[in-house]
Order: sequence, then structure tokens, then C-alpha cells
Amino acid sequence: MIAIIQYNAGNIASVRNAVERLGYPCLVTDNREQLRQADKVILPGVGEAHSAMRHLREKGLDTVIRSLQQPVLGICLGQQLLCNHSEEGDADGLGIFDAQVRKFPPEDIVPHIGWDNLTNTRGTLFDGFGAADTVYFVHSYYAGICRDTIAVCNYILPFSAAMQKDNFYAVQFHPEKSAGVGERILKNFLTIPS
Amino acid sequence: MLKKRIIPCLDIQNGRTVKGINFVNIRDAGDPVELAKRYVQEGADELVFLDITATIEKRKTLTELVTRIAKEINIPFTVGGGIHSVDDARAIILAGADKVSVNSSAVQRPELITEIAAQFGSQCVVLAIDTKRLGDEWIVYTHGGHTPTPLRAVEWAAEGERRGAGEILLTSMNNDGVKSGFALDITDAVASAVNIPVIASGGAGAPGHFARLFRETKAAAGLAASIFHFGEVSIPQLKQFLKEQNIEVR
Repeated sequence: MIAIIQYNAGNIASVRNAVERLGYPCLVTDNREQLRQADKVILPGVGEAHSAMRHLREKGLDTVIRSLQQPVLGICLGQQLLCNHSEEGDADGLGIFDAQVRKFPPEDIVPHIGWDNLTNTRGTLFDGFGAADTVYFVHSYYAGICRDTIAVCNYILPFSAAMQKDNFYAVQFHPEKSAGVGERILKNFLTIPS
Repeated sequence: MLKKRIIPCLDIQNGRTVKGINFVNIRDAGDPVELAKRYVQEGADELVFLDITATIEKRKTLTELVTRIAKEINIPFTVGGGIHSVDDARAIILAGADKVSVNSSAVQRPELITEIAAQFGSQCVVLAIDTKRLGDEWIVYTHGGHTPTPLRAVEWAAEGERRGAGEILLTSMNNDGVKSGFALDITDAVASAVNIPVIASGGAGAPGHFARLFRETKAAAGLAASIFHFGEVSIPQLKQFLKEQNIEVR
């Protein structure tokens, strides 16, 4: 069973639809036991970092997420929450990735919206990913490059388009909205041995 | 590099696409989901569904349609038309739309932009502006282009950004349906005045019109309806053409 963490974030329906389109049963839940027992856990997210973290803490989900042993995938805000700290609302994150989340400087259009290329991709998530492939981004904040970076996107500056540390995976873009390319990335995650 | 986006727009009435379509191999061209799937296969970067249903009791049909679209479509889509409140926006977003667009209702009550952005984030709010040139001025119109307002397009777009809109969908009424190209002057004026993406709409009739749009303005995306519906220009052809013109597209 794939568990999608329910919290006060939008876009959960899109993630569930994408997982179901790939033929995996999934459950949207904030139940700690269900999350611990799931084969895979997805932390989706469209929203604001500070209120999202507060919500996770209030539900006791911050501790649960940190302790998960199965593959975990953070998407968009989900990636940012897995970092140390976000400028957005001065929010402390879950601290999985040793990276800071900052707002893009206004040197080009912000938010970064649309389809963009990735470079320096590595690891299972990007099996089959080609240099010409693009994924869909919508964000105003970005995680800096760190040793856990497994894909880079360059918009205004280079940032972490994806990260991985042990069983924790995260992507800044929306695989659930990135057509066939995104489906392959999701499928790569869903087929990681638990 | 960030790609310029090509966005087909589908007009919806009572849950069905309105304008005629001459796509082959579509079982039910009036079904927005079938048409949308076709566009996704062809390489559309996003979709916009504009509901022109007049009556409130038919709104439920729209929510059901959005749920169906969200289950089938794996690219972002915007739903507009008749969104007057945060509750209207919530119903559409919870059904699975990525963004909602507001137009007349935001002119009547600009706080609506801020309220939706506060609830769901700016990336969910597209401010649609219909504008027409009268003399030297680009006047904002509402109610499907029927009602002139005291607003000017550039100022209204800037106010929309300040109030929390994440994108501007700018339609030139002078150009709409004429197929002689986008309104480059007002598109560039608006895109230069704001720091959020501007989607240009109205006037696309040929691939070259998109090339000029992206070369001569700061528009992030081009939107069109009839040329795609009637197959006058196909999305793969258009993208191939733009690539040959060294314009970055997906």
C-alpha cells in the first residue's frame, strides 16, 4: 500500500490520481500506524512551509516521518519540508537534507512556472531520464545544492531539483503533472524495493 | 532552460466542449476529457477549461467534469468561469484542478484574488484580463467582453500581482478570432510591468504568430482555442516550427 500523507496542503488529489493511474492502490492518511506500515510514503505539498510544518507537528507526524524506514518521496513543498530550514515563514524543517530553502531573487519571473530541463541526474529515480526531457515546476522557493542533490535545475540560479539520502527521496518539480516523463520518475520510486 | 508553453483552451458548456472540432480518431469530440487527452498526447504543456455555463444549478456538472479530467490528465490544468468566491475556487481545486482563473468577479471584488491566494497559494490563481484598445488606451472588459470598466490592462495586471495572482492570462479582444497574430504591444507592456508569467491569448492563426509572440514579448505562454480545435495548426507542427526558430519549447 502506498500512503500519501494527509495534511493541509493542496494537490493531494493529483498525487493520488497519478499513483492510481500507475496501478498502485493508495491511501490518503494522517494515521501514524498506517504511515508506518505503508510500503511507500509520499509527502505531497502545495502550500506554505510554516503552516505546513505546524500542522505536521500538531499531528505528531514530524516524528513519524523522520523515523520512517521505507522509501519516502517528498514532492514540491514536501521536498522543502524535508530540508533543515525554510525562509518561508522562517520555518524549521524535518532536517533530513542538510539544505536551506530560500526565495528566488527577483531577477527573473517568480514563481518559476513551467517545463524545465534537469542536469546532473543520478540514481534510481532518474532511470531512463534523457537530457532533452523536461518536468513541470511551480515554486517560488528552492532548496540549495547540497551533497544529497541528485538532480539540478538552473533557473535564476542552480538549485536542487531532486535530493536523496538513504530512504528519503524528494523532488521540487511535480512528477504527477509532468506527463510521461513524470510517470516514469514516479514509477521508478514506486518500484524501489521496500 | 524554462520552456515557452503552448496552451489549448477548451470552452465548456453543461459539461461539453462548445466549439466544433474536426479531429479524427476521437470518439466523442464533445467530451472535454477525450479532447483533453488528445491534446496531452500531442504535447500540450497545460490546458485551460473555460466554463461558460450560465446557470448556477449546472455548476455541479463542472465539478464532476473537473474530477474526471483530473483522473485522466497528467499535465497541469486551469479551470475558469463563474468563480465568485473562495468556496467556488475550493470546489474546483479539491476536485483536482491545479489553478483557477478569475476575471469579472475579481474586477468586482479584487480581494477575491488575495483570498484565494491566501488559502491555496498564488500559484493557484490566474488573473484573466480581457482587454480592448480604444484609442491609445487598453480598457479592461468584463462579462465575456460585454462590459467596459474604468480599469487599464497594465495597471490592473500590476494590481493583480500585488494582490497575489500567480499568473496573468491576457486576452486582446481586438485580436481574438481574427487570426492575424497576438497583440504584441499590450502583451509586452503587461509582461514588462509584472514579475509573474503572462499567458497571451487572442489572435493566434499560424505558427509564425507564436514565434513573434515569444521573440518580441516577454510572454511565458501562448494560448489558443479554435486553431487547435479545427486542426488548422497542430501542436506537434507548431512545436517543431518553434524549435526550428530556436525558441525553447518542450
